[in-house]
Amino acid sequence: MTSNPGGHAVKARAIVTVLLVALLLYPAAAPSQGKLTVGILHIGSITDAGYNQAHAEGIQVMKKNLPEVEVIEVENVPEGADAERLMESMIQRGARLIIPASFGYLEPALRVAQRHPDVKFAHPGGYKRLPNLTTYWASTPEAFYLLGMAAGKVTKTNKIGYVVALPISFFLANINAFELGARAVNPKVETRVVFTGTFLDPAKEATAAAALLDQGADVLGVIVDSPITVVQTAEKRGAYSVGYHYLGAQKFAPKGWISGVAFTWGNLYTRFARQVMDGTFKSENILGSLNDDLLVMAPFGPAVPADTAGLVNAKRAELTAGKAHPFTGPLKDNTGVERVKAGEVFPITDLGKMNWLVEGVVGQPR
Amino acid sequence: MIAIFVRSLLSGAVVSGTPLLYATLAEVIGQRAGVVNLGLEGVMLVGAVTGFVTMVHTGSAAAGVLAAALAGAALNALFAWLVIDRRANQLATGLALMFAGVGLSALLGARYVGRPITGLPELPLPGLASIPVLGPALFTHDLLVYAAVPIAIAAHWALFSTRWGLAVRAVGENPVAAFAAGRNPRVLQYQALLLAGALGGIAGAYLSIGVAKTWAEWMTAGRGFIAVALVIFARWRPLRAVAGAALFGGAIALQLLLQTRGVPVSSFLLDMLPYVLSLAVLAAWGGSGRRAAPASLGRVFQGSQ
Repeated sequence: MTSNPGGHAVKARAIVTVLLVALLLYPAAAPSQGKLTVGILHIGSITDAGYNQAHAEGIQVMKKNLPEVEVIEVENVPEGADAERLMESMIQRGARLIIPASFGYLEPALRVAQRHPDVKFAHPGGYKRLPNLTTYWASTPEAFYLLGMAAGKVTKTNKIGYVVALPISFFLANINAFELGARAVNPKVETRVVFTGTFLDPAKEATAAAALLDQGADVLGVIVDSPITVVQTAEKRGAYSVGYHYLGAQKFAPKGWISGVAFTWGNLYTRFARQVMDGTFKSENILGSLNDDLLVMAPFGPAVPADTAGLVNAKRAELTAGKAHPFTGPLKDNTGVERVKAGEVFPITDLGKMNWLVEGVVGQPR
Repeated sequence: MIAIFVRSLLSGAVVSGTPLLYATLAEVIGQRAGVVNLGLEGVMLVGAVTGFVTMVHTGSAAAGVLAAALAGAALNALFAWLVIDRRANQLATGLALMFAGVGLSALLGARYVGRPITGLPELPLPGLASIPVLGPALFTHDLLVYAAVPIAIAAHWALFSTRWGLAVRAVGENPVAAFAAGRNPRVLQYQALLLAGALGGIAGAYLSIGVAKTWAEWMTAGRGFIAVALVIFARWRPLRAVAGAALFGGAIALQLLLQTRGVPVSSFLLDMLPYVLSLAVLAAWGGSGRRAAPASLGRVFQGSQ
């Protein structure tokens, strides 16, 4: 469901204050009839080649599909009161659809949505809804399973390193799926996880990546807001990498790129905008997958041999057809405790409860 | 296995400790002249973004570092004008400077997030780099790493073995007496703060073009404040700053490295390791020696009126 839960402790409050002042000084355009204005709030920079850029490109696709829609887009908005004020100001400027694109915007968005029942909201990863607030996300473990298969075939040292922001259940699920996919093709693969404790500290991410490579990892993966530093570090040291969030990460690793999974929100945002315009918007919990257009696998890099690509694509067909499941028992966690019994599966809808790391992952789940 | 661990730990300590060392030296020099600058974080950020943007456009690491130093000095010049000439409260002005630096750097860097650069070139030191374990750990870095400890030694020499250093320290202890002795506290504080700004800018540049090779908003992630704390740890002495930065940087490297080895301790606890270690050392040193802080630290010199 979520990838970006409330961890952005430190954010540029000053920037947003400046932006808010600028917004308030901006002449309040009279909301023009029939034309839709969409407001989107980003937690970080829209060129981060990661979480934020994926949302921003979704908006670009929507603008291309619906050129008549106007967009108010603000970057680096801290979660909390600043986000709430900014949403109010967007509504004053005529916004009728608001996308608060970070997990931590949920509470402020719920408050604003209650005050403005005529304005529609779409929140990524939210676990609460309102009649005018819909939630959406895409389930990633299947994709991580496939990435794990590709990486498990490519690794020569049988050690894979993951730089991860925080030990949150959804991230643990992704790592577990990755290791299970890798083990399916190469039983010796071990995935080592380092948690940096923050979504954005590139220097610390670089140090963590170097430590993993020093320990013999030859493939690196990353779950922080921007994959740039980790992917670049791997490339520089001749290691392979797998990406997350945004397809463009590949350009930072022309040689070592294996593949990645990325969100493509464009068609969904277009759909939301159309629904608001023709009055068919309804509140629901949208969970996309590799089956639809919300989640895509990045193209395989030169490091992946053709037979591996074929193997991964065959498994992908099974997973998307529901003939296979990433978390199929028997599964033990990395302390030896049985977590999923033989013949059972861990339901994707329960990912929020996955508080363990699977056998073969070196790391602490909390 | 032990050799790999030691090599990785030392190398990580150097990479994590170098920006802290530059930043701590910056704050030591400023505070020796009697000025607390809580805006160091902002100075580092402006240095980080200036160095990165310059490198994107010129491709030159030297130009990037120089531009970062100048930008840091320029921001500190503004701070100096406010606290020395306008006699503004140092703590409040410093915090304002921090936020100004955060906003300014985000603005300047907005179009540079995600731009690839080559970064500072790695220059293995001939001979030294081939020493087993220590070579790859300590002598396979970039010029800013190699320059850091010599700059600390130079700062120590300048503060404690030159007439200028004596005068700076005199201003920090008692500006009225220094003034009476024919020294100009205003000029000396300006000099110290410009130097500090340059070092703070370099600290930031090391993060953006040395380590991460990318620019991101608020990428200093609190290191400017850690440096202010390390000044106290270092008892306002540049050479102790080397020890402090090494210890703190080493603790950061150690906690990440322990995670890669799968030690059965929560990453949340490991994340506290640098702070716990610092507290432990402070406790061990506690009460020993004389009071180390400059006596007039944070006070505004009212001139000869």
